[in-house]
Amino acid sequence: MDKFEKFSGIAAPMPLVNIDTDMIIPKQFLKTIKRSGLGINAFAEMRYNSDGSEVGDFVLNKSAYREASILVAGDNFGCGSSREHAPWALSDFGIKVVVSTSFADIFFNNCFKNGMLPIILPEEQVEILMNDAEKGSNARMEVDLEAQTITSSDGSVFSFDVDPFKKHCLLNGLDDIGLTMEKSSSIEAFEKKLVIEQPWL
Amino acid sequence: MTTPKTLYDKIWDAHVAHEADDGTCLLYIDRHLVHEVTSPQAFEGLRLAGRSVRAPEKTIAVPDHNVPTTIDRKSGIDNEESRIQVEALDKNARDFGVHYYPVSDIRQGIVHIVGPEQGWTLPGMTVVCGDSHTATHGAFGALAHGIGTSEVEHVLATQTLIQKKSKNMKVEIKGKLRPGVTAKDITLSVIGATGTAGGTGYVIEYCGEAIRDLSMEGRMTVCNMAIEGGARAGLIAPDEKTFEYCKGRPHAPKGAAWEQAVEYWKSLFTDEGAYFDKVIEIDGEDIAPVVTWGTSPEDVLPITESVPAPESFQGGKVEAVKRSLDYMGLSAGQKLTDIKIDTVFIGSCTNGRIEDLRAAAKILEGKKVKDGMRAMVVPGSGLVRAQAEEEGLADIFKDAGFEWRLAGCSMCLAMNPDQLSEGERCASTSNRNFEGRQGYKGRTHLVSPAMAAAAAVTGYLTDVREMI
Repeated sequence: MDKFEKFSGIAAPMPLVNIDTDMIIPKQFLKTIKRSGLGINAFAEMRYNSDGSEVGDFVLNKSAYREASILVAGDNFGCGSSREHAPWALSDFGIKVVVSTSFADIFFNNCFKNGMLPIILPEEQVEILMNDAEKGSNARMEVDLEAQTITSSDGSVFSFDVDPFKKHCLLNGLDDIGLTMEKSSSIEAFEKKLVIEQPWL
Repeated sequence: MTTPKTLYDKIWDAHVAHEADDGTCLLYIDRHLVHEVTSPQAFEGLRLAGRSVRAPEKTIAVPDHNVPTTIDRKSGIDNEESRIQVEALDKNARDFGVHYYPVSDIRQGIVHIVGPEQGWTLPGMTVVCGDSHTATHGAFGALAHGIGTSEVEHVLATQTLIQKKSKNMKVEIKGKLRPGVTAKDITLSVIGATGTAGGTGYVIEYCGEAIRDLSMEGRMTVCNMAIEGGARAGLIAPDEKTFEYCKGRPHAPKGAAWEQAVEYWKSLFTDEGAYFDKVIEIDGEDIAPVVTWGTSPEDVLPITESVPAPESFQGGKVEAVKRSLDYMGLSAGQKLTDIKIDTVFIGSCTNGRIEDLRAAAKILEGKKVKDGMRAMVVPGSGLVRAQAEEEGLADIFKDAGFEWRLAGCSMCLAMNPDQLSEGERCASTSNRNFEGRQGYKGRTHLVSPAMAAAAAVTGYLTDVREMI
């Protein structure tokens, strides 16, 4: 996994609440056995007409937002299905950060496994960033994970919380399977105890 | 005296294999269920890293999302991508030596129906699957939740999951349910009350007389949709009904081990005075048969109500409701019972069990599906299908004009040929009414099996109480 470094990028506004993972990547694209190449199908049913042409007023089709790397979204982003294809699709499109008041649990975890950072901010702050994102290609925000800040295009700085372990993994691009395997003696000890205490398992 | 614990606290504590200073834990996983859609990249990851499956004997694979449900499926899967995904699961199950129920096996079905049916799911366990409806298994007093594909790979490789503990929420359904009200109405009504983000950050324990009164099938329906309320998992404390359901199942313990297991399972309840971060109480008698009218599972109303106006909501929900009504082709003030239905789908991990089929068949006995409608029943597993045939339910469905299908996820998520067409309106016993969920521009109304059967007969969303 690539290290998550400080960057600045265009933020696209998606004020709709409850954007679910079926919207982010509709089921017909889950038939792949790969992780890559899903960006073109991100938000497919909102982004394309049934004849394959682009829906003109969908935010990511507007020229200002085609290169967006940040989404500012309505409440409860990523709800529904556990499909990791959702962060894969967003990441492949070029999105590195999603800002919202809240995220669904599984989507939130899935982001960190793919070098993406979901940022939770209070409603007033999301609203400020949402308005900022409306500025089109002028909506360039800066995200600094080390400092835990996001800076709007006018220089306002907002601090966010992030789990220290998840931050450490993102910043260093760590594979957490490798990290867990370093604790295999704890897992072995647990399994030995389990065999005695719950032999039916 | 020790601090009183919730059921969730007890199961959590019993599974922490390692805890770091910051509270990040390695939670040991007792059962890992795997299906074809969210696992190929995980197995591929293992291959690339030269890793094996740590506990293949605790890993159970079954194809369900992509499989066709028509009788002719024995001749193979037409859609090439679906076929490749199912073949990949075949190969991965074989290469890594995990338990496997192929499409040709009568025990094949929806992973969340197969797990309990085969006795893989037992009280006090941790159960995960790359599927959000893993919450279903919480009905047994097992801590069960959905994970992403990277986590599937993590569990395959280490039999653990990196987790931090969630908060405790209690949802108590007091007293009795009224006639015609089912487990599906309970779970939808709870989501209607809390919203789809109401449970975010929590594990819910459902309790109260109305929950205790439910069968295991009904409890699975309730826990199944905990995720639609945003919760990581739903739990119900195991009791005699749970033990009775598990007893004698192929992978349940036998003999002395059974006695020992039951002894332990009896300790799995929330202690008197244990702390819950949030408590919701609902009177069972206040719950009516409900339907969803919008494109979020929180858009729930009793069948006797009318479509709400967007202006009656607040904040971002106003725009969301405008969009929903436009998508659903509905207008504010329209009576829910005036909504005409094109299709009825009975099945899914929410309502594809034998009791669900019995409830629908009871309404359909001696009646016919309204002319011009499409109606299908997709049993949750091959064994549910066989049992329904033995009980004569299949004949009731077929005589009424329903298609009688083979087991799979089918039209719940429409990854297979079972899909809605543009504008087609469906009364569905599944769990999600999202835009496009059952087919591009398809329109979904979530209901109980009995309500779905009633809609099939009248051609409209219908109050099932008028038919019982």
